[in-house]
Amino acid sequence: MAKQRVVVDPVTRIEGHLRVEAVLDEKNTIQDAISSGTMWRGLEVILQGRDPRDAWAFTERICGVCTTVHALASVRSVENALSIKVPPNAEVIRNIMFLTQYVQDHVIHFYHLHALDWVDIVSALKADPGATAELAQKVSPHWPLSTKGYFSDIAATVKKFVESGQLGIFANAYWGHPAYKLPPEANLMAVAHYLEALKWQKEIIKIQTIFGGKNPHPNYLVGGMACVLDMQSDNAINIERLNMIKDLIAGGINFVENVYVPDLLAVASFYKDWAAIGGGLGNYMAYGDVPQNGIGDPSKFRMPRGIILSKNLSEVLPVDPADPAQIQEQIAHSWYEYPAGKTSLHPWEGDTQPKYTGPTPPFEELDETKTYSWLKAPRWKGHAMEVGPLARMLVGYASGREDYKEVVNGALGALNVPATALFSTLGRTAARGLETKLCAHWLQEEYDKLVANLKAGITSTANTEKWEPASWPAECKGVGFTEAPRGALGHWIIIKDKKIDRYQIVVPSTWNASPRDGQGQVGAYESALIGTPMAIPKQPLEILRTIHSFDPCLACASHVIGPDGEELASVVVR
Amino acid sequence: MGNPGKRPTTYEVLQSHGVDRRTFLQFCAAAAAAMGLDATVLPQVVQAMETKPRIPVLWLHGLECTCCSESFIRSSHPIAQDVILNMISLDYDDTLQAAAGVQAEECRTKIMKDYPGAFILAVEGNAPTKDGGVYCTIGGKTFLQILRETAAQAKAVVAWGSCASNGCVQAAHPNPTGAKPVHELISGKPVINVPGCPPIAEVMTGVLTYVLTFDRLPDLDNFGRPKMFYGQRIHDKCYRRAFFDAGQFVETWDDHGAKMGWCLYKMGCRGPSTYNSCSTFKWNNGVSFPIGSGHGCIGCSEAGFWDNGPFYNRLSGIPVPGIEFTPDQIGKVAAVAAGVGVAAHYASYLVRKGVEKVKAPAPAAKSPEAKD
Repeated sequence: MAKQRVVVDPVTRIEGHLRVEAVLDEKNTIQDAISSGTMWRGLEVILQGRDPRDAWAFTERICGVCTTVHALASVRSVENALSIKVPPNAEVIRNIMFLTQYVQDHVIHFYHLHALDWVDIVSALKADPGATAELAQKVSPHWPLSTKGYFSDIAATVKKFVESGQLGIFANAYWGHPAYKLPPEANLMAVAHYLEALKWQKEIIKIQTIFGGKNPHPNYLVGGMACVLDMQSDNAINIERLNMIKDLIAGGINFVENVYVPDLLAVASFYKDWAAIGGGLGNYMAYGDVPQNGIGDPSKFRMPRGIILSKNLSEVLPVDPADPAQIQEQIAHSWYEYPAGKTSLHPWEGDTQPKYTGPTPPFEELDETKTYSWLKAPRWKGHAMEVGPLARMLVGYASGREDYKEVVNGALGALNVPATALFSTLGRTAARGLETKLCAHWLQEEYDKLVANLKAGITSTANTEKWEPASWPAECKGVGFTEAPRGALGHWIIIKDKKIDRYQIVVPSTWNASPRDGQGQVGAYESALIGTPMAIPKQPLEILRTIHSFDPCLACASHVIGPDGEELASVVVR
Repeated sequence: MGNPGKRPTTYEVLQSHGVDRRTFLQFCAAAAAAMGLDATVLPQVVQAMETKPRIPVLWLHGLECTCCSESFIRSSHPIAQDVILNMISLDYDDTLQAAAGVQAEECRTKIMKDYPGAFILAVEGNAPTKDGGVYCTIGGKTFLQILRETAAQAKAVVAWGSCASNGCVQAAHPNPTGAKPVHELISGKPVINVPGCPPIAEVMTGVLTYVLTFDRLPDLDNFGRPKMFYGQRIHDKCYRRAFFDAGQFVETWDDHGAKMGWCLYKMGCRGPSTYNSCSTFKWNNGVSFPIGSGHGCIGCSEAGFWDNGPFYNRLSGIPVPGIEFTPDQIGKVAAVAAGVGVAAHYASYLVRKGVEKVKAPAPAAKSPEAKD
């Protein structure tokens, strides 16, 4: 039998537009894969010539799913360029907003973007509500919504919905596919929690609204935060607001501990074969985040920084986003051109133009030997890297951090699998849940820090010394980094004559969804798909499992900086 | 709407889900409240929910960031689950749907074939028009082509957010991809523009439930926006308005005025030129809104707001023809007699209103076919 090529476009249940093509051998195992970002918006071009203090608002709109993280990286890049140190309260408030984002976003990913790869909604119809209640009480003894009556109601809802013939977002999917392994009761429990999570996520995110005024897209500020702390004012973060935050955090910890993590382990126990599938590159990178002593002191981050190469957990290598020799972007297979040809450039030197050289739409297939993506190929010292929850958990684990070791070893023990199981699709999905557990508790600790500051009379939230452009040097450059839920994120800025001269962003999904580089090295998605067996090639369930385990975000991934030029220099700031 | 008799009504679906009449009436009341309707129209809402079928909705994504979808699922009344499972049939939405690739595209084409002229097209994001539309493709087709072929079969179009309504960030200067809002790319269909980056969650669900309940489009203003949500400026109903009138302004971040909740006009607040419901509904079920949390409004629901910066320059920095009192002058006047400040502000409001009319883009309903 000849090789066949499977095309999945659109890859759904992600942010943005991603296309995957896979080449299968005669046994329907994936031999080769290509990952293509099929959108480009040009935000870095748009940023040129603008006020650096506005950049956070523009870059925040790179992504509404990872809302917050681009704003954070942006204000940090400007603060780094202008040597602004934010007040301790601003650091704590940013940490609280950051961790809130993690807890909410990871839960949405698990239930609403990833679960349907493992959970068969139609199978839930066959579930016995009484047996489901028993299962739920065993899996999570402290969660109240676990009675027979509750699951009877959920079962009735699913039954009538399916029988109506209007399946909406659940239509034409892969129900009954042989790769679904959960018993009907586990499927019904997961469907119930899909709906519960949908209701819950809009609550926890209110923490961002309190500090940032709205969500999605809360407000940030160069130099600190615009929200004020004053226990004697009804127009500030006061005791009423603190109480609300405290309640929301408690609700978040409860949901993560009693629903998300138990569900994750229960589902994972039926899919242990996926602990040997989808490992991919084996190279992991994390910039780290959640500073405890300013963003300039990575040794005090709650999320540690480091590099792991070739799955070697006995060594954590250092990484420096500001070092031009470490991070570079290639465009050998991307729809861009550099003035100096298809070379490698550090983000501060990035100087590219979009140049579409793919097939004319409508098209059937891309050609991986030519150019095939709007994503560039970022590399660390020439290596393709994976970023995201698995990278962070591995860096924390390999760094010997007790908190990381405790949650990782706990999960490995519960599933009775060795540490090598982490290098897989299942490991990636599990890492996200375990990280959420850490984040939920850190959220409480950061809140306690804020209250302690207030008790000590510390109320400042903004450093305004360098707010006025007159106080800035003629030219400066900075790097702002963070860990987005999807992985290491960096913003590089050059400020000249009070305006943005260059702005370059290297985002997590650019690392993970990267195309091949000039040396032919594949990116993380491409690598992870190779070797995956497919039961029914026309139904790409296995491809979705591995791609979703990375939590793709394609609006983030595609972007480019423009060259200096007359047109851009003529940006009129009215 | 839809094909009555062929699809179950909202009430029938709720009934079949085991919902009793009392709960159904509560559901209708919540839907009415979400639209800002008072109790006297409740019988109409109930009647609509009892007799209208669930209408198919195809939700497309172009150049965007998905903040509109994220906002939508934050809706508190009705909650997203009720909308998706009980009120509409969300037959295509690549952010949420289970099927992918060929199977996902089949969902879209099936509804276009089975319900011509009887489904709602919801669009999040916009289409790049430069270079043949290669800056956004789905299934190998350009988004521009998908948008046009789907819109041609739709009954009406809902343009979610500032991307679909007026271009938003990718259309900011120099608009590298030639991104254009929906109303400039399609013709012959009613378009409801729901701007904001993103729009408020309850505004989004409110627009949908209004259409379902009353079987007609909401009254729209010259920009194609529902008057019920975009009829007034944020400044008109801002709780800090009294401080503007009194000449009490935040002068620098974290100062005494900031802690007291004084007006953010001097920090660049766009509330005086932004039409939206933020200062009335607020965000995330009324928790706060940008001004309430100490940062000025950046005007995210207004056309071209990205090119009206820098955001921290006060609005009076924008050249406005005619006489404009600056906040400094108002402040000085207010120190003498607060009432004069109010009058001055009213005068500046009239001037600005006139200017905005001149600057306005073509109304959605009359927009020409795009020439890309």
